[in-house]
Amino acid sequence: MVGAMEIYMLLPKTNCKKCGLPTCMAFAVGLLGREKKIDECPPLIEEKKYEAKLKKLHEVMAPLENASETGLIIHPEKCFGCGNCVVACPVNVAAEPTRCAVGLGPEGDKVILRVQDGVVLANNLKECRRFGPNKILCNACTATCPSKAIEFV
Amino acid sequence: MTTCTGCSLLCEDIELVLKTGAISEAKNLCRKGQGHFQALFTERTKPMIDGKEVTLDQAIAKAAEILKNARTPLLYGWSNSTLEAQTVGINLAKKIGAFIDDTSSFCEGLLMERILNGKIPTCTLDDVRNFADTSVFWGTDPSNSHPRHLSRFSYYPRGEKRQKSYEEERTCVVVDVRKSATAHLCSNYYFRVPPDGDAEFLESILTVLDGKIPKTGDKKRLIELGTILKKTEFGVIFPGPGMIYSMQDKMDLFEELVARLNEITTFKVIPMVGHYNMRGFNQLMLGQTGFINSVSFRGGAAGAATTHGPEQGVALAAKSSDAALIIGSDPLSALPFGTARALAHIPLIAIDPRRSLTTDAAQVVIPSALSGLEAGGTALRMDGTRISFEPITESERLSDEQILTRIMEAI
Repeated sequence: MVGAMEIYMLLPKTNCKKCGLPTCMAFAVGLLGREKKIDECPPLIEEKKYEAKLKKLHEVMAPLENASETGLIIHPEKCFGCGNCVVACPVNVAAEPTRCAVGLGPEGDKVILRVQDGVVLANNLKECRRFGPNKILCNACTATCPSKAIEFV
Repeated sequence: MTTCTGCSLLCEDIELVLKTGAISEAKNLCRKGQGHFQALFTERTKPMIDGKEVTLDQAIAKAAEILKNARTPLLYGWSNSTLEAQTVGINLAKKIGAFIDDTSSFCEGLLMERILNGKIPTCTLDDVRNFADTSVFWGTDPSNSHPRHLSRFSYYPRGEKRQKSYEEERTCVVVDVRKSATAHLCSNYYFRVPPDGDAEFLESILTVLDGKIPKTGDKKRLIELGTILKKTEFGVIFPGPGMIYSMQDKMDLFEELVARLNEITTFKVIPMVGHYNMRGFNQLMLGQTGFINSVSFRGGAAGAATTHGPEQGVALAAKSSDAALIIGSDPLSALPFGTARALAHIPLIAIDPRRSLTTDAAQVVIPSALSGLEAGGTALRMDGTRISFEPITESERLSDEQILTRIMEAI
């Protein structure tokens, strides 16, 4: 997964403040958090000398476009369908204390993660602890994944 | 709700939606189970004799004829059959005086024998979920072989006495030759052993438990492991095929370790059985003959001349038999080359719901209904819990039990 430093290296690094942020590093963090867009950096778009960097930046940012509102990315081709994340997710456990909490698959549709057709599927992302501005950086689902099929941006 | 027969966890919370010969939606089914059921619709077997399609009655009559004319037939497989089918199978072996063996002689048999005879203490998987605080996976990778093992029982669920579960109260230890997917989950307690080094590792643990410093291995980490094991309130060891292949005739050493651990605290052992009803077959055989596998009934039903030993196991029996009935197993692709070649040279009868290398090479193929989906029955989970299931869809195919009964009647 791409980091803020990697994005920063592809920016003009002039701290021109045209994007509204004090430094290029702050803009890189903004890009990673999907609060800013690449188009909001005028020098990168307008000046010819940054053309190669811009192309590279689009390539680096491409995988992030598939991420959901909470930054969750699921790679179904890597998933074993083991359900570790389903059982570990604190929201799932609170929603179905008699099923998810004791290792069974969920019955209702209030849960975030569920296993369907052999792979994990995410719903109700508004309930996720990582949703919204006051997010908590919970990593119960990524830490319990044996195949790195779940990632956060 | 249906029961998945893809592995020996026999998950009972599966919801399937079937639509015109395919699974359109499967809830809670892991990838392995999904493949297990889905392959039925793409790799279905048909009744065949010598590669030509025939009717089911013809195939059963031919199978009976082969078994009747054989001098020393071998009946192999059984781990993917229900208890009912296995009972009929043992009776068939008695009637025709055959060798009977299941996949455990190449897998967990050495350990299963000790567990079923009560030499090694065991418990149920529900006890593991409710009380266990240390799970040791030795020579096994449940994330791949039993995907829902960790999430249903051994590490992540909240149990009666383990409400804080993996976050605070449970420890997971992995002993393996490579950093498997499971080892990544508990990387702090991953202990790497060289191939064939399990016995030495085991001796080192025994030394640490006696309060001495081990002679071989990473001393600091071994002492750390010793401390984890000593502090455990209720521990469970899950030995897999990796450990059993490596230990072989040194299994007494493992028995010694479990006994030593039980002097300090409570430790139980549950073997990581692969096929869904291997334990069932072992238990049935133990009740009827006193041995868990590799038995020959030569001498007929009345003679009761049962013999047991490596000569009666599939590895050697395949070379001395002149016909074999393979049920719910694929020995031609799973067993060592010598055994597979010996089997391929004798007339084979394969009873299987799905196509495999064995059904391709078999002289007679008899399609059966898939347990859990098209046929009901009873099976024993890896911990010995009896689980009954009902078919969820109707099928014109016969179950293993019905096929075996018809073969028996025809002989």
